[in-house]
Amino acid sequence: MSTNIDHIKEEHHHQPSGLMRWITTTNHKDIGSLYLWFSLLMFFIGGFMALIIRAELFQPGLQLVVPGFFNQMTTMHALIMIFGALMPAFVGLANWQLPMMIGAPDMALPRLNNWSFWILPFAFAMLISTLFFESGGPAAGWTLYPPLSLQGGNSMPFVIFSLHLLGASSILGAINVIATILNMRAPGMTLMKMPIFVWTWLITAFLLIAAMPVLAGAITMLLTDRFYGTSFFTAAGGGDPVLFQHIFWFFGHPEVYILILPAFGIISTIIPAFSRKKLFGYDSMVYATASIALLSFIVWAHHMFTVGMPLAGEIFFMFTTMLIAVPTGVKVFNWVATMWKGSMTFETPMLFSLAFIILFTIGGFSGLMLAITPADFQYHDTYFVVAHFHYVLVPGAIFAVIAAVYYWLPKWTGKMYNETLGKVHFWMTTVFVNITFFPMHFVGLAGMPRRIPDYAVQFTDFNMIASVGAFGFGLSQLLFVYILFQTLRQPVTAADKSWEGAEGLEWTLPSPAPYHSFDTPPKVD
Amino acid sequence: MNRLSILLIIMMSSVSSFADWEVNMPRGVSPTANAAYDLHMLIFYITVVIGIIVFGVMFYSIFHHRKSKGAKPASFHESTTVEIIWTVIPFVILVGMAVPATKTLIMMEDTRDSEITLKVTGYQWMWKYDYVEDNVSFFSKLDNKSNEARQLGSKIDVNKVDNYLLNVDNEVVLPTDTKVRILLTASDVIHAWWVPEITGKKDAIPGYINELWVDIKKPGVYRGQCTELCGKDHGFMPIVVRAVPRQEYVKWVSLNQKNRVADKSE
Ligand SMILES: [Cu+2]
Repeated sequence: MSTNIDHIKEEHHHQPSGLMRWITTTNHKDIGSLYLWFSLLMFFIGGFMALIIRAELFQPGLQLVVPGFFNQMTTMHALIMIFGALMPAFVGLANWQLPMMIGAPDMALPRLNNWSFWILPFAFAMLISTLFFESGGPAAGWTLYPPLSLQGGNSMPFVIFSLHLLGASSILGAINVIATILNMRAPGMTLMKMPIFVWTWLITAFLLIAAMPVLAGAITMLLTDRFYGTSFFTAAGGGDPVLFQHIFWFFGHPEVYILILPAFGIISTIIPAFSRKKLFGYDSMVYATASIALLSFIVWAHHMFTVGMPLAGEIFFMFTTMLIAVPTGVKVFNWVATMWKGSMTFETPMLFSLAFIILFTIGGFSGLMLAITPADFQYHDTYFVVAHFHYVLVPGAIFAVIAAVYYWLPKWTGKMYNETLGKVHFWMTTVFVNITFFPMHFVGLAGMPRRIPDYAVQFTDFNMIASVGAFGFGLSQLLFVYILFQTLRQPVTAADKSWEGAEGLEWTLPSPAPYHSFDTPPKVD
Repeated sequence: MNRLSILLIIMMSSVSSFADWEVNMPRGVSPTANAAYDLHMLIFYITVVIGIIVFGVMFYSIFHHRKSKGAKPASFHESTTVEIIWTVIPFVILVGMAVPATKTLIMMEDTRDSEITLKVTGYQWMWKYDYVEDNVSFFSKLDNKSNEARQLGSKIDVNKVDNYLLNVDNEVVLPTDTKVRILLTASDVIHAWWVPEITGKKDAIPGYINELWVDIKKPGVYRGQCTELCGKDHGFMPIVVRAVPRQEYVKWVSLNQKNRVADKSE
């Protein structure tokens, strides 16, 4: 056994250097870094598109782009942010953290891991290249509803193929996560002793495996409708356009939780660390996460209340959707109870986590309002919806990713970021995120539809405010990049346990963490 | 940030003091739109109360249980009783919301006993209206002034265009105090028909016929837009409904029977 380990250690010295190191790497930390850098790049590309949208919407009338291009921007912004920025960010965090948190040397399937990542650059190169086609990129919205998406130009098969690749990448990543968590935990770490981030990722991985093939099926049917003469979704051929929406959202709703459950895991890790108090209600947190995941498969049609479902269907989906508020509420209450009578300090990761709780909850409230079918007939497809899902995805999911990066950066690099700059980054981000998205509630309620390049003049004031906020938000993220590079340039000084209240196996490792996290499994009691 | 929710309440309750700074859903002029407004406000106030309580506790904790004030961490970390309480209470609140919501929904979906039927067909990018019993039929699209002003680089100040993007060449005319059934379908892609003050939206889908009903209680002009992405000019297919007393409507019908159809077929 020990000769075997020595042999493996020996191999480090033969690994290729330079670019080939990154292309051939099977190490969870290397791959985690690749995912995270890739996600940051996509975040800026998707963000740039958002700024084009906000620049056009700064005032009524068309000043910058034609409506067709505007639609390409909204479509691509969503696809890139969801599949390029958020999902890879969480997979990157899983890669870095899961082996360290469960006391394993690496992920269970390292070669598969390499492949899951390296699919992404090709998929996104193909997706983004469609913008340079003569007929332009996809413009039917990220939801790709037919018959409109069937009218699209030459981009359509490329978009569908790149989504297939992204789905394959996600499924492979999910298989790896499940294999790692179920097989490679340190002796003594039973399921109910796993760190909560590990739990949320385990559940997320099952959601990915269940949901991504459904998306693949839906878009393959689109492809055959367009090129092989089928009529799954075209009424003229006896098909059903609404069928696509059912299939899409059967994927789409679990997808929403794929983006938020790991974020819950991060917040449930950081809040106890800076409250210096154990997470309140660990068991109920696990059960709540599992309930949210199960419920996510029976609520899909709340995205399509206006398609004209039977009354019984509308009532069913309204009730199931409202039910989600119960386990989500439990989570928020548990976080507050964790802080209660703690001994709190407010370093940057904690600040982002606190903002997460408040702003995500505001997004949850508007979600509850949207669940009420008769009211949704008014809210649906307006800026109120845009405000809602940006509140859960930006100060929700993205804040969690940023918090996680600040929290684990000293462990990853052995270097501590500049706390003052981190706080400046936090306050700028939080102020601008609200300036951007809060006014969208107002224009939405006042009647402004989403996905329009131009609007009636009564919506001008709040749109201007939102646009100013968006540019401020974008600029604030440049500060984030600056902080990251400034940290990387420092000498290694961070303590093994960077935060007083931090708990978990990763903090028993040196900082920066060794290449193969745990050579011998630690004992957990 | 708890200030946000307070700010929201202040802004919502002083809607009238802002002219263009409209922050809330308009109150409706038909039973369905009114019911949606009432539900919206009910749920909104419930969430505000929950928000104040939860964020209140959280901020109390943030200010009092901080290390810089010498707080020592307590060691409690679970309580089945507490978990059950904060599972059951939200559930009960949800049931309290579900009852009025379900009642309203049943009322909204009941299109029986309507007196006239208006068939709406979505096209890229205009609407066609057929008054089924009265034999009136016409297309309705964005008016010319808005259409000129909205072009990229038109140099026209859109603030000077009357009802910019919310005006059409041919208005829909409907009688007040009459239950009107609206049938929705589309000829090419999915559209959605929405006039906030008289009804929530419903999709117009090729191959489907969806139903809505309105019963407008107040004469006036009500404006709305297509609300399902339907291609490049999705933002430019408004809806204008003019609600007039019954006699006026009858007069309008007699003037427009067939001749508008003739107009279009020329
Ligand atoms: Cu339309």
